[in-house]
Amino acid sequence: MATADVERLGWLAWLGDWVYHALLVVGDFLIFSGRTFSWMFRRRPARHTLLHSCHDVGVGSLIVIIITGAFIGMVLAVQAYAEFHSLGLETRMGSLINVSVVRELGPVLAATMLAGRVGSAMAAELATMRISEQIDALSCLGANPIHYLVVPRLMACVLVIPLLTVVADFTGVMGGAMISIHLYDIEAHHYWSHSRAYLGMWDIGVGLVKSLFFGVALALISCHRGFNARPGSQGVGKAATEAFVASFIAILALDFFLAIILNALRDRIWPTPPGSLF
Amino acid sequence: MSKDRVEKFLAGSTATPTRSTVRAPRSPLTLLDVEQASMRFGGQQVLRDLDLAIERGQTLVVIGESGCGKTVLLRLLIGLIRPTVGRVLFDGKDLAQLSERELTKQRMRFGFLFQGAALFDSLSVFDNVALGLREQRRFTETEIRDRVRLRLEEVGLPENAQEKKPAELSGGMKKRVGLARALALDPEVMLYDEPTTGLDPIMSDVINELILQTGRRRPVTSIVVTHDMKTVLKVADRVVMLYPLARLRPDERQVLFDGPPAELSQCPDERVTQFIEGEARERVKNHKH
Ligand SMILES: Nc1ncnc2c1ncn2[C@@H]1O[C@H](COP(=O)(O)OP(=O)(O)OP(=O)(O)O)[C@@H](O)[C@H]1O
Ligand SMILES: [Mg+2]
Repeated sequence: MATADVERLGWLAWLGDWVYHALLVVGDFLIFSGRTFSWMFRRRPARHTLLHSCHDVGVGSLIVIIITGAFIGMVLAVQAYAEFHSLGLETRMGSLINVSVVRELGPVLAATMLAGRVGSAMAAELATMRISEQIDALSCLGANPIHYLVVPRLMACVLVIPLLTVVADFTGVMGGAMISIHLYDIEAHHYWSHSRAYLGMWDIGVGLVKSLFFGVALALISCHRGFNARPGSQGVGKAATEAFVASFIAILALDFFLAIILNALRDRIWPTPPGSLF
Repeated sequence: MSKDRVEKFLAGSTATPTRSTVRAPRSPLTLLDVEQASMRFGGQQVLRDLDLAIERGQTLVVIGESGCGKTVLLRLLIGLIRPTVGRVLFDGKDLAQLSERELTKQRMRFGFLFQGAALFDSLSVFDNVALGLREQRRFTETEIRDRVRLRLEEVGLPENAQEKKPAELSGGMKKRVGLARALALDPEVMLYDEPTTGLDPIMSDVINELILQTGRRRPVTSIVVTHDMKTVLKVADRVVMLYPLARLRPDERQVLFDGPPAELSQCPDERVTQFIEGEARERVKNHKH
C-alpha cells in the first residue's frame, strides 16, 4: 500500500476511534442520568445532605450572581442607549433591556457562572473521592454512590439555580434601570411603564424553565465527569475543566433548542404574538 | 410443579435445573470461589487464570511483591471490578450476574479495609464509622453510638479523635479508623488490604490480635493482604503467594505458593524463600548494569 493511503487510513482510524469513544461517553452519560433520576424518585436523600448541597450551591454563589446580574443590566443599558437615543426612543429602552435580561442573558450567564463555580467544584470533589477510593468505600458499605452523592447535588441545583436566576434577573433589571434613569436621565415613570408593557409572565417563565434545564445539565455533567475521573491530581484537574467546558456547551445548545421549542409553544398558545417591541 | 419442588428450586438444590447464576459451590465449605479469572487493564495483564477457592471461616493471607495484583484480587472478590475472563462466585452466586440491588446486598456481608483507608474526608471519624450502620436503617441512634464507640476502642483510637476529620489524623490512625469502619457491621467476610502498614510494631500487634479475635468471636472468613511476615505467621491458616506476571514465563502459574504458613520456609521455589527472607539478591545487581 502506498504511504499516502496508509496516512489517509490512519486519519480515518483516528476519526473512527474518536467517534467511538465519544459515543461511549454519551451512552455512559445517559445511563448515569437515568440511574440518577430513578434513584431520585425511589428514595429521597437525607435532609442534612440535601441542605448541605443547597448551601454549597446557593450561599457561596449569591454574591457573584448579584454582581453578574447587575453588570449585565448595566452593559445592556449603555449599549441600548446609543441606538435608542438616535431614534429618540430612549423611554422605551427598558423593554429591550428587561426582556433580554429575563429571557436570555440572566439565565444563560447565571448558569455559566454557576458551571464555573459550582460545577467544577462538584466535579473536582467527586473526582477526589473517586481516586481516593471513597466512592468504592461507599458502595462497600451498602450506600449507593449515585443516591448518596449525585442525587443531593442534582436536587440542590434544580432547587437553587432557578432561585439564583431570579436574583440575577432582579439585579439585572435594577442595574439597567439605574444606568438608564440616573446616568441617562430617562424619566423613571416612562421607563417603568414601557418595561411593564413588554415584559410578560411568559418571558419570566421562559427564563425560569431554561434555568431549570441548565441546572439539571450542569449537575449531571459535572457529577458524571467527577465519577469517571482518571487517577492522579491531573485527573482531578481534568475532570473539573471538562465539567465546565461540557456544561458550557450544553447550556448554549440547550438554550438554542429551548428557544425554538418554547417559541413554537407560544405560537401555538397565542397565534398572534402577545406584543412586539415596536 | 409441586410446592416442595418450588422450594427446592428456590433453595438452589441441585436436584432441579438451576440457573447459570446459581451454581452449587465447588465444596460445601467454599464461600468465595475465583474461577479461571484473568484481569487486564488496557494493555497490561495483571492476573492470569487465577483459581482460588476460599473456605468459610478460613484466614487466607495473600503475599507478593508490590504491583503483583493483590489489591486487584480483593477488588474482584467484593465485585468492585469484574474479571476480564472467568468468574468470581460468592456463596455460589456469580457476582457479575447480580443486579445492582442484589450486589449491594451481598456486599454488605463484606467488610473492606482499603489500602489507603479511603475515609470520607467530609465526615468526622465518628460519622465515618457510623455511615454503614445508618445506611442499614435498623439501628437507633443510641445503638449506633455505642457500637461506634466500641469499634473505635477496639482499634485503640483515643476518645478525643472521634470528632476529628480524617485530614487531621496520622496515617496509622486513618488505617485504624478504616478498620473500625469495616468491622462496624459485623461482616461475614473481612478483606484487609495491608492492615499493619504504617503502624508501629506494638500497634501492628494490636491489629494482628484484633484480626485473630474477630475470627474467634464469630465465624468470619478473612482475606489479608500483607507484606508483614509477623502478620503472616500470626494470623494465617493458609498463605497464597502471587508473582507479577511480567516476570513470569507464559506457562507458569501465577500462584507460587499455596499452603499453610509452616510450609513457607520449606518451599523449594527460590522466589518464595527470597520474598519471605526479604533479600534482594540478584535483583539489585541487575539494576546496577
Ligand atoms: N484501575 C486500574 N487501571 C489500570 N491499571 C491498574 C488499575 N488497578 C491496578 N492496576 C495495575 O495493576 C497492577 C497491580 O496493582 P495492585 O494495586 O493490585 O498491586 P498490589 O499487589 O496491591 O501492590 P502493592 O503491594 O503495592 O499495593 C499494577 O501494575 C497497577 O498498575
Ligand atoms: Mg495494593
